[in-house]
Amino acid sequence: MAERSFAHEVLKLRAGEGTSFSGEGILAVTKALLQSGVAYVGGYQGAPISHLMDVLGDAHEILEELGVYFENSASEATAAAMLAASVSYPLRGAITFKSTVGTNVASDALANLSSGGVTGGALVIVGEDYGEGSSIMQERSHAFAMKSQMWLLDPRPNISAIVDAVEAGFELSEASSTPVMLQLRLRSCHLYGTFTAKDNKRPPMTVTDAIENPQRQLDRIVLPPASFLHEKEKIEDRWPAAVEFIKRRGLNEVLGADTADIGIIVQGGVYNTLNRAMELLGCSDAFGNTEVPVYVMNVTYPVVDEEILDFCAGKRAVLLVEEGQPDYIEQNLNAILRRAGSPVALHGKDLLPVAGEYTAAAVTRGLDAFLQKYLPDVVRSSPSLLMPEDDARSPFAPRVDAAVVRPRPPGLCTGCPERPIFSALKLAEKETGKQHHVSADIGCHLFAINEPFNLGATTMGYGLGSAGAAALNSKDADRRTIAVMGDGGFWHNGLTSGVGNAVFNQNDQLLLVVDNAYSAATGGQDVLSSQADSVLRSTKHPIEKAVRGVGVNWVKTVSNTYKIGALRDVFVKALTTKEAGPKVVVAQSECQLNRQRRVKPQRAKAIKEGKRVVKERFGVDADTCTGDHACIRVSGCPSLTIKANPDPMRTDPVATVLDSCVGCGVCGANAHAASLCPSFYRTDLVYNPTWRDRLLSRMRGGWIGLLTSGVERRAARYEVSL
Amino acid sequence: MSAPSSWSAGRRPITIAILAMGGEGGGVLADWIVAVGEQAGYYSQNTSVAGVAQRTGATVYYVELYPRPDDQPAGVRTEPVLSLFPTPGEVDVVIASELMEAGRSVQRGFSTPDRTTLIASTNRVYSMDERLAVGDGRVDSNGLLEAAHAGSRRLIAADFMKLAEDARSVISAALFGALAGSGELPFERAAFEDAIRASGKGVDASLAAFAAGYDAAGRPAPVPLPEPAPAAPGSGPVPITIGRRRPVDPAEEAAAEEERRRDEIARSHPGHLVGPHLQPQAARVAGAFPVAARSMLLHGCVRTAVYQDPAYSDRYLARVARLAAVDPDAEGAAALTTEAARHVALWMTYQDTIHVAQQKIRRRRIEGVRTEAKAAPGQLVNVREYLHPQVEEITDTLPTRLGRWLAGSSLFAKVVGKVTRNGIVVNTTGIIGFTLLWIMARFRPLRPRSLRFGREQVAIDAWLDRAVAAAATDAELAREIVECQRVLKGYGATHHHGQESFGLLMDAVDGLSGRTDAAAELVRLRTAALADEDGTALRAALGPRVVVPARAG
Repeated sequence: MAERSFAHEVLKLRAGEGTSFSGEGILAVTKALLQSGVAYVGGYQGAPISHLMDVLGDAHEILEELGVYFENSASEATAAAMLAASVSYPLRGAITFKSTVGTNVASDALANLSSGGVTGGALVIVGEDYGEGSSIMQERSHAFAMKSQMWLLDPRPNISAIVDAVEAGFELSEASSTPVMLQLRLRSCHLYGTFTAKDNKRPPMTVTDAIENPQRQLDRIVLPPASFLHEKEKIEDRWPAAVEFIKRRGLNEVLGADTADIGIIVQGGVYNTLNRAMELLGCSDAFGNTEVPVYVMNVTYPVVDEEILDFCAGKRAVLLVEEGQPDYIEQNLNAILRRAGSPVALHGKDLLPVAGEYTAAAVTRGLDAFLQKYLPDVVRSSPSLLMPEDDARSPFAPRVDAAVVRPRPPGLCTGCPERPIFSALKLAEKETGKQHHVSADIGCHLFAINEPFNLGATTMGYGLGSAGAAALNSKDADRRTIAVMGDGGFWHNGLTSGVGNAVFNQNDQLLLVVDNAYSAATGGQDVLSSQADSVLRSTKHPIEKAVRGVGVNWVKTVSNTYKIGALRDVFVKALTTKEAGPKVVVAQSECQLNRQRRVKPQRAKAIKEGKRVVKERFGVDADTCTGDHACIRVSGCPSLTIKANPDPMRTDPVATVLDSCVGCGVCGANAHAASLCPSFYRTDLVYNPTWRDRLLSRMRGGWIGLLTSGVERRAARYEVSL
Repeated sequence: MSAPSSWSAGRRPITIAILAMGGEGGGVLADWIVAVGEQAGYYSQNTSVAGVAQRTGATVYYVELYPRPDDQPAGVRTEPVLSLFPTPGEVDVVIASELMEAGRSVQRGFSTPDRTTLIASTNRVYSMDERLAVGDGRVDSNGLLEAAHAGSRRLIAADFMKLAEDARSVISAALFGALAGSGELPFERAAFEDAIRASGKGVDASLAAFAAGYDAAGRPAPVPLPEPAPAAPGSGPVPITIGRRRPVDPAEEAAAEEERRRDEIARSHPGHLVGPHLQPQAARVAGAFPVAARSMLLHGCVRTAVYQDPAYSDRYLARVARLAAVDPDAEGAAALTTEAARHVALWMTYQDTIHVAQQKIRRRRIEGVRTEAKAAPGQLVNVREYLHPQVEEITDTLPTRLGRWLAGSSLFAKVVGKVTRNGIVVNTTGIIGFTLLWIMARFRPLRPRSLRFGREQVAIDAWLDRAVAAAATDAELAREIVECQRVLKGYGATHHHGQESFGLLMDAVDGLSGRTDAAAELVRLRTAALADEDGTALRAALGPRVVVPARAG
């Protein structure tokens, strides 16, 4: 079950010709795929395109009706290889993943696909995770498009434009026998807007048709001599065909032609930001009526030489707004202009930031510098963000003490089953008296590198936690290294790149596999080892079985991570056992975010139906809490926080548990396992008690009342209540 | 074309930025705003950077609403080109789900004094480093409130979290109400409410929170406190951390008000603040102690008497009297006496198993637990304690000789270790559990003969000797010595580390006396002692002067 259900939105996918369709960018792309007669879709989830996969998963009925094949690929490499179906068959295929991490994983298949070329349209929809909110290293997909020679569409952030780009992408791919990448930036994926829908189209050929009529073309297979011919063909046939198509269809736009003798060239994805900057400076309006010519590159690769030269002709200077580095397009434009002997001055990263996200503020500053130099008359207003920071009118004038605004990085959710794992690991280190090198992986568990756990030294990629510790394997060392991997990364590639590798090379590491039943960090998608029954997929394949299958002998599965003491003991054993080879601990408990989504409605329903339900939550006694916050330092749960000390004699804040507590039990287990303090208690609220409950409660009440009266009588001699 | 800038002429979208933490419903709030805008015929765009940010991290959602022109505009675009980023200095409305996020919106230039209506919830969701501190790591919320005022054209501030909780809803609904109530958007209240109804989830609760937020928007925002006056004479307990002002926590404000009221009673009728068996002690407080310290002393009398007996309160008063005698400001704020009254009582009522058992079985405690869990009247509630008694804690409570013998017994340690390795859970609401705790609390008369009691009394007197000695020449230093009791907190290993730090601080005191900056230096060292759990910062602060004698108190 994915984090968000799109069952409601999916109904919109049935919208027919002329209907107004409103929704997120991702949903619009899905609709565009169906309108384009796509025959098959695959992909691997990851922000910002997770929802695209989730929508398709929820839309399986519609897909089946249309004869569209959809799969949740095991990895981006799998997804990319899937496009092989478009090599010989006129099938339109689309895959999607997060870039650039996905492109990295998929690059082998993408290179082979691009070499041989395609018959049916092949579209790679990449969600560009760049800038604020990104969770990965900052790189550009552009490099992948260039290196394998795939065309790169970067449509302006507008729902209609994105939908058009999907359809144009397929056509461009077919016209040039080349796979096409459609780049959607982070904010565009979550952009809400409206477009006019068309009817969904059943693919003219379905995958069934293809299977039943197998074909092959020897000259499309990547093996010499064909591979040498492919390279030639790319340059001599496919590139010119693509350029011809882009020009003919007018995929790139020129706005405000001839309004001035300078111009601006911009990536489609940055167009809205540029227009906003121009509005702020007073040379464009909300409807894009610019007073400076703008060339919008909705296709950023290949660059169409003639269009560039046409646009620059007769201009004194041109500013290129290209986000990210290296400055691939700027280099390209310089080569084009130089070769053609153009006198135009090309500006770009000399005026705009070399690296980092092109926010409205960044583009406004760079554009202002450019216009002030060449055409100051069009700058009719000066937004406050251009003022120096020491000017009181600047939005950045210091109005708040930096010390009181603390960073708030993401962390593990309330009740997360991974929290007790890291608490247990810390306790195991305490018990063995040794600290270890911890090789981390991609996933929520990577949050353990921060406070309060501070565990983890490197992260080399999804599923590469074990491999990241491969070199740190020595028979002479007095301890072993620890590697972490999530179930998502494990099935993505970790089983072979990590576990198999460790067995083969007799690595002595302790490998912790965090098995929370979902690919949780990407939005709770099912994986092979998921515990839920799935109509579409085969689940419940235990990780332990897979690990043993590749030759690990020492494997322990702990089925309840909240038992911190037990987990700590397993870690201690794994860290101290004499047995050779990797020691694998599979720590299982369901992702709490998904669990709560599943359990909450069930519980509400049961209470309503009059069934006995016990709701648990934790609490801290302010009387016994001495305000040392040791509990917070071993847990870091968002629901475990501090509040003013209600005791007038004490001054330091006490620990407290918020209403958001889901009663997972980590506080109590930590209080036990770390011998913390006696302040933690669990409250069990009983709904719809049975007669037995009531009887017991009456007996208890009587006895307790009897005993307390003496206690209270004594206290009343000394205390007064005001 | 040479049209004047349409932006500066006001042809621009309404821009709204929402700063929230992942999981707080900022996305839902943004969706509601878009729904209201669309329904009114506005071009409405909403973007966010969700992804990893949703896991409790700070997240920004951004909405632009552009009025649909009467006739199709002539232009290259048929729809307005809307931005995906909030632009510093150009945001009309900022909604912050929490006070520090409001500060962040000012810091990032989203909320500015020339343009922005800032709708901020005044509740605090403490950041990780505020929570991790051994002592008090909270930032000055007053500074955040000042920033919210300084960084906005109009500030709408209230505890929207509380309003939402009272309506059993979520903060996004209350903030949506405040947005409607602010009148900053050209839409009717009913349109906002329709958006909530259309979303179809928890509608009634959301509408109740919406209404509460709507009304709150009409009330003036809380005003920051002025700089604290330096040492107001005779104003009761002196704040521990000078310069930290936190006016916006209603619980704290109520508590401060309660203490002020108490202080007045303490001055006029001290006997009213203690029970019948402590009247002699109250009379002694009234007769022999500075007026300003009375309230704290009476607190201490009650605490020590409940902890042990009235004789123990007498011992308490005798101890504080030593410092009262040397208090240079006895007629004024009597800070030395007040702090001595506080810290001597806290140390004398150290947390041992007998005391913890007594605290757990008090009637008001069980009632407090029910309130916290929001139990309905009469609803069945069970309370289970998570206890982990250590060998040392058990032997400490036993009579000195028995305790010492068992503490040395490896067999005893083994048996206790085996039983408690994974801790025990006691049902305080059950017959067996309650009786167990009740019996443990009944051990009170044995306490004075216990191993730990003897040790603590010796340590307390040694500490006070130091303070009294220092007071002769440096009352400030004496007060800071008294305050070092703060590092003695926690249980088990935490308490052990606290004792080590305390030992180091006391050793340092000996080297400080006579220095003009002695008090300030001790404050610096104590702050370091509270900076982490294992004393690393303290050792660093002490520098190479001290060859670390790891000593347990």
